[in-house]
Parts: sequence; C-alpha cells; structure tokens
Amino acid sequence: MMTLIQPSRGWRHIDFREIWAYRELLYFFTWRDLKIRYKQTVIGVLWAVLQPFLTMVVFSVFFGQFVKVPSEGVPYPVFVYLGLLLWTLFSQSLTRASESVVSHSNLVKKVYFPRLIIPVAASLSALVDFFISFVILLIMMLFYKIVPGPSVVYFPFLVMLCFLCSIGIGFWLAAINVLYRDVRYAVPFLIQLGMYITPVIYPVSVVPKEYAWIIYLNPMTGIIEGFRASLLGYKAMPVAGIGISFLVTVIFLLSGLFYFRKVERIFADVI
Amino acid sequence: MSRSVIKTWGLGKEYQVGERGPGYETLRDTLSNYFKPGSSHVKINQEKIWAVKDVAFEVQQGEIIGIIGKNGAGKSTLLKMLSRITEPTEGKAEIHGRVGSLLEVGSGFHLELTGRENIFLNGAILGMSKKEIAGKFDAIVDFAEVSRFIDTPVKFYSSGMYMRLGFAVAAFMETEILLIDEVLAVGDAAFQKKCLGRIGNIAQGGRTIFFVSHNMSAVKNLCHRVLLFEQGKMLLDTNADEAVARYLDQHITQGAVADEAQCAKNVIGKAQGFSESLRYLEIALLNKGGKSVDHFFSDEPIDVAVTYQCLHPVSDLWITVQIVDEDNQPILISNNVDEKKEFEFYKREAGIYKSLCRVEPDLLGEKQFYVSVHLSSSTTERIVLNKILKFLVQFKGYNNIHDDFTKNAYLRPHFKWETQRLQK
Repeated sequence: MMTLIQPSRGWRHIDFREIWAYRELLYFFTWRDLKIRYKQTVIGVLWAVLQPFLTMVVFSVFFGQFVKVPSEGVPYPVFVYLGLLLWTLFSQSLTRASESVVSHSNLVKKVYFPRLIIPVAASLSALVDFFISFVILLIMMLFYKIVPGPSVVYFPFLVMLCFLCSIGIGFWLAAINVLYRDVRYAVPFLIQLGMYITPVIYPVSVVPKEYAWIIYLNPMTGIIEGFRASLLGYKAMPVAGIGISFLVTVIFLLSGLFYFRKVERIFADVI
Repeated sequence: MSRSVIKTWGLGKEYQVGERGPGYETLRDTLSNYFKPGSSHVKINQEKIWAVKDVAFEVQQGEIIGIIGKNGAGKSTLLKMLSRITEPTEGKAEIHGRVGSLLEVGSGFHLELTGRENIFLNGAILGMSKKEIAGKFDAIVDFAEVSRFIDTPVKFYSSGMYMRLGFAVAAFMETEILLIDEVLAVGDAAFQKKCLGRIGNIAQGGRTIFFVSHNMSAVKNLCHRVLLFEQGKMLLDTNADEAVARYLDQHITQGAVADEAQCAKNVIGKAQGFSESLRYLEIALLNKGGKSVDHFFSDEPIDVAVTYQCLHPVSDLWITVQIVDEDNQPILISNNVDEKKEFEFYKREAGIYKSLCRVEPDLLGEKQFYVSVHLSSSTTERIVLNKILKFLVQFKGYNNIHDDFTKNAYLRPHFKWETQRLQK
C-alpha cells in the first residue's frame, strides 16, 4: 500500500474505499454517542422518546383541541406526532452533525482518520433515537386503529431521504463551523424557524394552492407529507413533492460532501 | 533486505500567524474583509511562517529515526504531515505501508466510558479492527496494569493509569510505520522505562519508527539515526551521538541567565528594617569560555556568577551559592567566607560587583540541578533567590555507558581507584 502525501488543490474526490475500511470506527463513534448521551441519566434512552412525545401532548392540547388546526381527518395526536418524529430526526441529525467536528477538535489535531466519519456518526445516533421513538407511533396507531395502506412501502425510502437531507446540510454546517463559529448560534434559531415553515403541526392543505409549491421547495415538506400518506394511508402520495425533496436532498448531499472534503484539509490547522 | 518505506521531497508547511492567529474567525470578519473597498481577498497583517521547510530524507524499513530540536523547530508538524493530519504546503512524501501515529496519549478516550470500552474505541480511532483489538486485549490490559479497573469509567482513573492505558493501546498497533511524539514526557520513571522498552521491542520486529523526543538519553538509546531540526529546517541527518551533541550545543539559552527583573521578582526577604543596601543584578552560569549556558558536561567547570550592587558600604558580605535539587534541597553549598582570608576580602564599598563561584569539574552527576543564592551581612537581612537557575549536566566519563547505573546520582566525582591482586 502506497500513500502519497502532497498538497491538494481544489475539489477532492471522496474516498469511499477508505471510509469503508474505517466502518468499525463509524460504529464505535455512533455507539459511544448513544452511550454517553444517556449515561448517568435516570430514565436513560427514554429521553429520546420523551421529547417528541411530550411535545406531541402539548401540541395536541393547544393546536389540536383549542386552536383546532385541521389534520385532514386523522386524529391530531397521530398527525402531529408523525410530523414531530421526522422533524426531530432532521433537526437532531443536523444539529449533532454541525457540532461534531468542532467537538472532536482534540482528535482532529492528533489522529488521522477519514473526517467524514465524524458527522456521519453524529447523525446516525439521531437515526437510532428516531427508531426508538418510532415505537410510540406504532402504539398510537394501534390505539387509534390506523392501518397503513400499500403505500407503506415508501416508508424506508422517506426515512432515508430525511436522514440524507439532514446529513447533507450537516456536512456543510460541520465544515463551516470549523471556520466560523457563528454556526453554533445560527443553527438552533434556524431549526426553530424551520419548524414553522414545515408542515409539522399543520397540513400543507392549509396553504393556499398557488403558494403550495413554495412550501414544497423545503425538502422536509415533501418528506413529512409523504410520510403521513405512506404510514396513515389516508391520502395519495404527494409524488411531485417527494420528487422535489429528492432533488433538493441530492443537491445538498453532493455539495455538502464535496465542500466538506474541500475544507477538511485545513481542519487540523484552524480548528 | 531493506527497502525504502518513506521518502520525502522538499516537504514544507506554511502557517499563517499574525492578527488572526491560528484561531477561528467569525463570518462577519470574512464578510467585512471581503466588502472592504480595495482590500478584496487581500488579508492585512497576516504574517506567514514556515513551520517546516525543504525537508527531504529517505527511510529504510526497520530504521528507528529520532527527531530532535527545540520547541517550535517543526518536529511535530513533520509528524502531522506524515500521518496525514495536516497537508503539506509544498513538496511531497511517499509512504509504503500503514502509518500509526501516537501523537498524544489517550486523545481518543472518553471519560465516561470504561477502560474496556475505551480500548475498543481508541483502537478503532487508531485504525485497528475490532477483531485485532480483541486479540490484543489481554496484552494491552496487562501492559497498562489496569486489569482490576478495566470495567471502571476512566474518569475514576489516576492520571498514571490513564496514560498507561493510552500508551498501551497505541503500543499494540500493528502498523508498519509508527510515529511517536513526546508521549514519554509524561508518566513516572518506571512507566517511561517500560514504554521505552516496548518501543525497543517493536523496533526489533522490523518496523519503522519515528521518535520525537526531548529526552536525549532515550533518543541515544533507541535511535541509530537522528534528524536535528531548527526553525523548520533539517539541520542534520546523522548518527545519534553527533546529533545529540549538536542539539545540546544549541541549547545555550537565556535560561542560563537571570536578569535584574527576574531576580527582583523572585527575591525573598527584602532587607527590611535596614536601609536596602544590597540588590541582585544578575545571576548567570558560565562555561569555560565565559559563555552563559544551561548545559554542562561533567568534565567542565561551572562558574556561578553573581552580580550585585551595594548601595551602601557593607562591612562583611556573605555570599552563599547552593546547588539544589528540584525540591530546593541543597546538594552542595559554597560560601565566600569558607576561604579564610583577610577581613578586607568581605568588605564592600558602594558599587557594583561580580563574584564567581567555580564548581569544579568531575563532581556533579548526570542530573538536572538548580542554583540558589543567598546574600547577607551582619547589618542587612539575608536576601535569597531560590532555584533561580536550572542547568543540566551530562556525564562525560571515559566509557560511554548509558544505563541506569551511571545515572540518577547527584554526585559523580572522580575518585581514586586502586586494585590489588590478592590471590592467584
């Protein structure tokens, strides 16, 4: 095996073979993130569930009962929990990825390994949290006797899309965060704003038809709407919306990957 | 048969220093710089320095290369480039084989995880597979001597245990090339010895090792070839003895002199009650040539030069020079009144004086020493400078044995030896 060390210029390719060689590190980082997150807590992994669950309860009371936000015939708690579930995955994955490289500055300065592992592992831990809190959704669907239709086959694809979209933006933010720490202040704020322009607590159908396409430019719109259609089976899959989400995700993911690789070479010098 | 495993051509790394420093900037800085009229892209006040410049060498398989030089000479930057942590600015290097780097002990550890968990995590960070780590697990735990605490979170470890475990994981990496930086500077003597032993073992296995250290005897013991760095440039690429000697020569620093300000800062016991009549101006260690140095060979004299000012006439000035250990315990004491002389000899008119106390050659052992000085008289209070200077002695006897039997003693005088044959 020969390694050539020399200055690189411009864009760099993504060395998937090397990342594959370090796949165990990816596993260990994810495992460590989960382990640390819930260590020395009393209810442990239940925290992953508690956050979206309690938010769902509060939203159901205020938005569902008092404000009477329409939920397209679906019981509002299920409707909003589904949105919260995906939004939590998206925002957590994005937040953890964006902080990940900076919080590993010690390692970045002292050990070599493919840097892409760091944000991916951070996002993966959010994906694990998602599957844990997903159990609650299943229980709720049982309770409300909701049976998904055939479009349930879209489910894994949509979760994957949501994950890849968040990680694509995460790559950008993680790299920018190394150079400009403004990111750490901007992200929580943007995530809060993002939730309001995403149909988490309301359906897209409340938006006037002629503006709906603007809402769909937000990749999470198609994903969440598609998720509801897929799991609850009460309406047709918003194929066009999902198509936009897919496109936007691909753009974020590829550009994020290459930007990260481009900036990566100066990580150890400026972090 | 040896083959070339590392080859570099004109390797160099440039860093930006100056206003921005190595730290991060905020987006606003960049934006405002960008939009500043006339200064597009040109950043002001950004000095650039070459941390490493024009480094070219070739290393054969199985060589143990020592890298020495003062702080900031570029040693660590070189290792960082070879281990791909940072990119060179120019030049290139070819490396044949897997590179393992041990630039810091336990850098991948997480305090909340147990020793066992950290071994696997750290191993993975260093590029080992789970299977590989599992196979070496017992040996690692054994080496680190932490078997009783292996399932305890490392936050409860003593710093010694923590470092032992950190070193142990890395020491069992099976890479063809190993880069080691200063990790031995930590830990107690026994542990350092154990680490050196382990590195020696690794080296015998035909692997190539780069060893950055300030520990000259370790470098001499381990390395056959040493690269000496100074201000980013490779000054020497030669055998260990020559390079270490050059390095120690280089070591003539300001550390061998304490000026008036330093003395004033460290002085204990201002001549209270009396008018202040004595003042230290400078304490210096001088070699044979009168140069101030902080490193001596055991076969040369050490002059402790005390420069002081008498603001008023002093009838009897006592100057005490102490060579002390790290805890300020005196190893030897010399006083100007030890020599029986005329009373005049101790008398000082107002003025500036320099008194020399010569520590004879062939007396001190291979150790680090400190100098303390006392000034007093019957009419003034004693003013003391504790451990004001530090110096190193390197043994220069007839043999060149460097093992523990010839070290660790404060005194290594030349005594007479006589041998008689008593029986046939």
